[in-house]
Amino acid sequence: MQTYDLEADGLRGLNAALQSQTGDTNQTSWEIVNPKGSHAIAVGLDAPIEVNVKGSTGYYCAGMNKLATVNVHGSAGPGVAENMMSGIVTIEGDASQYAGATGHGGTLVIKGNASSRCGISIKGIDIIVHGNVGHMSAFMAQSGNLVVCGDAGDAFGDSIYEARLFVKGSVKSLGADCVEKEMRDEHIELLRDLLERGGCDAKPEEFKRYGSARQLYNFKVDNAY
Amino acid sequence: MCGIVGLFLKDKTLEPQLGTLLTNMLITMTDRGPDSAGIAIYSAEDHSHSKLTVQSDTPDQDFPNLADKLQDALGSSVSLERRDTHAVLTVQTGSAQSARELLRTIAPTVRTMSFGDTLEIYKEVGLPKEVAASFAIPSMTGTHGIGHTRMATESAVTTLGAHPFNTGSDQCLVHNGSLSNHNSLRRKLQREGIHIETQNDSEVAAAYLTWKMQNGATLGEAMENSLNDLDGFFNFVVGTKDGFGVVRDPIACKPAVMAETDQYVAFGSEYRALVNLPGIEEARVWEPEPATVYFWSHTETSTPNMKAA
Repeated sequence: MQTYDLEADGLRGLNAALQSQTGDTNQTSWEIVNPKGSHAIAVGLDAPIEVNVKGSTGYYCAGMNKLATVNVHGSAGPGVAENMMSGIVTIEGDASQYAGATGHGGTLVIKGNASSRCGISIKGIDIIVHGNVGHMSAFMAQSGNLVVCGDAGDAFGDSIYEARLFVKGSVKSLGADCVEKEMRDEHIELLRDLLERGGCDAKPEEFKRYGSARQLYNFKVDNAY
Repeated sequence: MCGIVGLFLKDKTLEPQLGTLLTNMLITMTDRGPDSAGIAIYSAEDHSHSKLTVQSDTPDQDFPNLADKLQDALGSSVSLERRDTHAVLTVQTGSAQSARELLRTIAPTVRTMSFGDTLEIYKEVGLPKEVAASFAIPSMTGTHGIGHTRMATESAVTTLGAHPFNTGSDQCLVHNGSLSNHNSLRRKLQREGIHIETQNDSEVAAAYLTWKMQNGATLGEAMENSLNDLDGFFNFVVGTKDGFGVVRDPIACKPAVMAETDQYVAFGSEYRALVNLPGIEEARVWEPEPATVYFWSHTETSTPNMKAA
């Protein structure tokens, strides 16, 4: 295992070392100590390596991730796992605003709560939150899944496209064009898999599904170019 | 951007370290705002005295005979302790407000940064590290304090544009964000007779709270009202004689993180600001909710998650 002291050796060295790993690397396990809320830790990774961050992180941890597994043993600041392509990012604590924003693929697991705008504009990522999500979560979500084992805040799923949203607790309010939808067998099966991947012990039958009513401007064929 | 820090001590044994802890927190936020910096520090109350913090661009001319001039005008004893471009004037308890009004005529080049019984405000253009060193902030003892490092967006980089802003006796405000209705609100407040010195949006927020409280609102009520009357982005941390309050606008896109242990409650724009506090590894760390007013107080039971007012 490789251990990197971020406080002693600096951020640029860390990201350069992690980004230079290739698919056949032998250095598959990394531990980052003394993160102390630093920004942009372990961004732009492109190899099947595992990175354990031993503490809390600042802005944009694990952004643009591909293939790598990043575990934050603490809480994450704004924009964690932004624009992820693949791989797995797990936050043991809470995540600040816009966690998993614009993600194309992969899995983001948040074991605490996520604050506002979780999963904004997602394009294929799966996000599983053990706790609550704040207001405007899944705003303009296009594709992928957001699972919330706790409660969702105001304007949930506002202007949503084709992403699927599952909430076990209450939803404070739904955003424009977001409606509750029927939970069919295919959704139960999908959710069962998501919950298992997220390490949640909740039952899929306890959740409600939300999605787009497809009534906004861009869904009307007369408005097509 | 802008960076805010706040530290409220529950453990009295940490009080001698308040200046050092707060300075170090503020220095970690330097890259959120390198234009100017300021710190408000609340010390233990001396029941027979009140104080004013004053600032001058020409301190060598203004400060040497300022205490004597004010003493003659007030008719009671005044002492002065200079710290670089600032000085603390100690007056008999209860006469800080009249001293502040007298200073406008007897020393027009001297500006009052703060008045009250326990509050001192120090602020200048420059990096937090330099500003804190010039006022010897790290050596200061106190019960609680707030700090701000500014990246100017709405008005000029000047001493008076720096935060914290004094809003009333022993009260002050720091702001991260930008207000979009500050010009119309400034005109309204000026018609109401509120004194506003600069084109700064945050000064308008401070003046707004002052105006609300002059009209009978508690600080908590004034902060609740700000959610309706101020348009724009804001995280406010408000210092009071007893503690501090926090409120974020309903959109809450300006970052905020808080930590609490048995020894303290701390606020930072980012977690980085908190990492060197004692016992932070075991602290309860969370993000304050949008549109929710929080208060911590030395004199009342602190209820971190309860809405004020």
